[in-house]
Amino acid sequence: MLLGQLNAAASPLSQDQVQKLQGLVAELNPIQQAWVSGYLAANANSAALGAPTAGVPAAGDAAALTILYGSQTGNAKGVASKMKEQAESRGLAVKLVSMSDYKPTALKKEKFLTIVVSTYGEGEPPEDAETLHEFLATKKAPKLDDVKIAVIGLGDSSYEFFCQTAKDFEERLNKLGAQTIYQRADLDVDYEEEAATWIAGAIDAFEPDLKAQQDAAGGQVVSMPFGAPTTASSQYTKQNPFEAELLTVQKITGRDSTKDVRHVEISLEGSDITYTPGDSLGVYFLNDDVLVDEVLTLTQIDAASIVKVGDEELSVRDALIEKLELTQSYPGFVEKYATATGTPELLKLVEDKTAMRAYIEPRQIFDVIRQNPAKLDAQTLVDCLRKLQARLYSIASSQSEVEDEVHLTLGLVQFDAFGSEHLGGCTGYLTRRAEEGCKVKVFSEHNDNFRLPTNDDTPVIMVGPGTGIAPFRAFLQERDSREAQGKNWLFFGNPHFTQDFLYQVEIQGYLKSGLLNKVDVAFSRDQAEKVYVQDKLRSNSKEVFEWLEAGAHFYICGDANRMAKDVHNTLLDIVKENTGKSNEDAEQYLKDLRSANRYQKDVY
Amino acid sequence: MSEQDKNVKLSDNERLKGESNFLRGTIAQGLKDDITGGFTADNFQLIRFHGMYQQDDRDIRSERVKQKLEPLHNVMLRARMPGGIIKPAQWLAVDDFAGDKTSYGSIRLTTRQTFQFHGVLKPNIKGMHQLLDSVGIDSIATAGDVNRNVLCTTNPVESELHLEAYQWAVKISEHLLPKTKAYAEIWLDGEKTETTEEPILGATYLPRKFKTTVTIPPNNEVDVHANDLNFVAIADNGKLIGFNVLVGGGLAMTHGDTATYPRKADEFGFIPLEHTLSVAEHVLSVQRDWGNRENRKNAKTKYTLDRVGTDTFKAEVEKRIGVKFEPIRPYKFTHRGDRIGWVDGIDGKSHLTLFIQNGRILDYPDKPLKTGCRKIAEIHQGDMRMTANQNLIIAGVPADQKAVIEEIARSHGLIDDKDSQQRKNSMACVSLPTCPLAMAEAERYLPSLIEKTEALLAKHGIPDDSIIMRVVGCPNGCGRAMLAEAGLVGKGPGKYNVYLGGNVEGTRIPKLYLENVGEDVYLEAFDKLIGQWAKERNDGECFGDFVIRKGIVAEVKVSVTDFYA
Repeated sequence: MLLGQLNAAASPLSQDQVQKLQGLVAELNPIQQAWVSGYLAANANSAALGAPTAGVPAAGDAAALTILYGSQTGNAKGVASKMKEQAESRGLAVKLVSMSDYKPTALKKEKFLTIVVSTYGEGEPPEDAETLHEFLATKKAPKLDDVKIAVIGLGDSSYEFFCQTAKDFEERLNKLGAQTIYQRADLDVDYEEEAATWIAGAIDAFEPDLKAQQDAAGGQVVSMPFGAPTTASSQYTKQNPFEAELLTVQKITGRDSTKDVRHVEISLEGSDITYTPGDSLGVYFLNDDVLVDEVLTLTQIDAASIVKVGDEELSVRDALIEKLELTQSYPGFVEKYATATGTPELLKLVEDKTAMRAYIEPRQIFDVIRQNPAKLDAQTLVDCLRKLQARLYSIASSQSEVEDEVHLTLGLVQFDAFGSEHLGGCTGYLTRRAEEGCKVKVFSEHNDNFRLPTNDDTPVIMVGPGTGIAPFRAFLQERDSREAQGKNWLFFGNPHFTQDFLYQVEIQGYLKSGLLNKVDVAFSRDQAEKVYVQDKLRSNSKEVFEWLEAGAHFYICGDANRMAKDVHNTLLDIVKENTGKSNEDAEQYLKDLRSANRYQKDVY
Repeated sequence: MSEQDKNVKLSDNERLKGESNFLRGTIAQGLKDDITGGFTADNFQLIRFHGMYQQDDRDIRSERVKQKLEPLHNVMLRARMPGGIIKPAQWLAVDDFAGDKTSYGSIRLTTRQTFQFHGVLKPNIKGMHQLLDSVGIDSIATAGDVNRNVLCTTNPVESELHLEAYQWAVKISEHLLPKTKAYAEIWLDGEKTETTEEPILGATYLPRKFKTTVTIPPNNEVDVHANDLNFVAIADNGKLIGFNVLVGGGLAMTHGDTATYPRKADEFGFIPLEHTLSVAEHVLSVQRDWGNRENRKNAKTKYTLDRVGTDTFKAEVEKRIGVKFEPIRPYKFTHRGDRIGWVDGIDGKSHLTLFIQNGRILDYPDKPLKTGCRKIAEIHQGDMRMTANQNLIIAGVPADQKAVIEEIARSHGLIDDKDSQQRKNSMACVSLPTCPLAMAEAERYLPSLIEKTEALLAKHGIPDDSIIMRVVGCPNGCGRAMLAEAGLVGKGPGKYNVYLGGNVEGTRIPKLYLENVGEDVYLEAFDKLIGQWAKERNDGECFGDFVIRKGIVAEVKVSVTDFYA
């Protein structure tokens, strides 16, 4: 049992003892904790004890029988519901959950688990079950040593892979350590009788342990705020980033979308990096080696030439790939490159700031070199370039949900210019060149100006169109795991409903669970007249204002140039409309919100 | 039966119908929910009573799971077109909508003599109904537990008899429609009115779907044995005098569940014209009251007949209508196919039947079928008829327009002299990627299966012969494979059950020959059987009769006893 789950009501300790234990454990490093645990266990063993001790999981949650079902036609759901009825009629606590609504990460909290799952086609899991089925076979699947399971399959024996999904589930769960306490049944199309027999038998098998734990658990479960992520500083910084494993880069816009948005998952395992919703992640990347080789050819530099970057000596090719900025152009580079190469057209730009801006705006550094090739000395080229800067992305996850992972939501920067496709440095790397499983250098960047209210009862309004959704996904995960009671309202927008509704299924899940009270969406290009998030705010003017008056915090994330300004102006109008205030007074109203940390922006 | 109902557990569909406030549910609110492209909970089922099915693009379903996007929900709409007759002006409106507002851009003709739109996104649903309404089309009760679109033989030759029969199809359809105003309220912004009863269908509607035809022998294009209730036209000197009534056909079954089976309709007897609506109402009302409402897989009229006995059911209908059925009048079915090409009617007009493969009217790169139909509709003065074989008839063409219509049809691939007899006698349901029930490909697979079958016929020296071959993605019956000479019923990706032994007239249920096999297995079997048939058949003996005579499969005479025997 995790100490974080420990609580006074459900443990033999008094509230005071719990607090002391908490305090002590917070001071101990993992090695010290392990020693103390062994010490206490030995101490307890030497006394004869009749009552359940801390060795027996006693939390109310863990004493329920969880029935997970994956159903294609509803038959498995029916069997699962019957089992629930019967277990409850014996006074057992039961949670009945569709696999499609089940968070795989919740598995490790389970103690008693029944799987009811059908199989279709050539041994395929039903769509409900696909995600969990796949998850159990990945390395992300947790150890399940204390879990007791019973599995029942539904299928059609005329198929070659009869009840294959049920078999897979049992095998995978067993592999993770779970113990089968009642033999699996593989039911054919005429399954009703056999199902009834199996249900009765499986409940018999679960009942003794379940009863014992439920009796021990007693009262209501109160979770302790123990183990909440702190903002303690990490040894890994911008200067000393952590080499993290890139777990997943998944496109989350539809196949017909005009945008390529990726959901990225990175493992922080093995680091001490922590983050809080609202923080950003700094990510270093590698420049495109094809383009680097082109630059070397154009400047007639030998790729193996050794150069110095700061104090480090390495080949010019490695330096260009790993250490130096080659995408984001800036006047300083043009100036140095103009001087180094003596290119008259570029030298002219140095005198004219406006022309310089216009020149660099559509160009990456690659373009400047490509369009103005000149023979250069390796170190001279390196000295023209500045060090590659990590890109910062708003974190899209909460550690209370994803633990040692960090998630990002990236829009691939992509445009055609001068007859070729151009990609953003970091987004191009992560979406096109990096492979899942490779290492990326990262660090976390705290941002105390974008934080959830400390009071969990405070309502929250989040405006996050496009990839601006990212920190709000983190907020929602955090509020979900904290079981915060404050209301949550999300405004989201993008071009098309069918293609660009980022995290749609998660948002639907949060609406269903009640975490999100309201969601308003603006899909600008689904109708003749364009509709944006600010239009949705305006049409909810009265209610938005009521939320603000009720103490809501208001957050904006996303495009700084237009969206954030439009939303601000709309908010101003909303205040005026609902109060009759002058423009000035309405501005003051928003200023006051800001100084109370109730109006926060994360815009770029 | 209500006395016996006390201890039974009704199916959940019974609850939702009962709670739906006469098919309203919360559809109107669901339509405004812009977080999902689908309908939730009960509304998902209730929209069927309004002629729509919620579907999604199954080809990209798992891709979208990974993208954290919901399935690409859309609806399929099936119009109510009794007898399949559509006017050219209506066709043009349908053509516009299909082209502009559906994901697949097609008009799909179906076995229920109507058209379907596939891939209509939620924001376009209301506009679709309003557009259809503006040209006099609705989609009331084309799905759900009600009397579905009423079929009528398209026979354009005997124009007077057809007109009478068609008018009865329209009257029956309207008589048995739900009386609730839910459709107009929800989709057409009609006035809100309170509904207090459904005088014919009852507050919980029927136990299951119910299908009706009006049929003019000898053509059995509507497949009477696939329908719950059939009015077989009996004429005297070309004048309609009454109907033979056939009850209890139906093809749906469930793989592996032997309590389900395809079944032919039973003959109840002849009735004169004046009792038509009363008979329709009370065959339906007995099924309404006696049909199984606990188990939906056992709820259709065919099972009620086998449970209570055909005589008992018939006697109850007679009691309710206050008239006895007269003995069946002689009638004979000889064929089911459409006569592709031109025929002249007795009214002096000409009629052109266009063969539409799979009923899918779309602009294909080499065959712009949709544009062709549109161009014809723009100038055509008669009507257009959708057949139960998924073909299209340009009916009532005056002599001076024949040439121009034929020219349009030929230049757009609507007449293709290369289409073989085998192609014209093959049919498939929609199946993947849109149908949620599909277990295997059907429409997308059929063209290649036809080519392979054509090759086998040619190999055995009978390239001009054909077998009535039907492919369906699941055992629910839409493509009527269970009345084919060779029927393929989908079991899983690339796997089918193969049934043999139906006949050309459509009066015999085929029997399982191969179970859950892939193409290599059944093509090898077809090769052998076609070879045998080519050599050993009697004069004019069709493939289905041949396999029965040779004992390759046993004949299904009475489904309940023979089908699984």
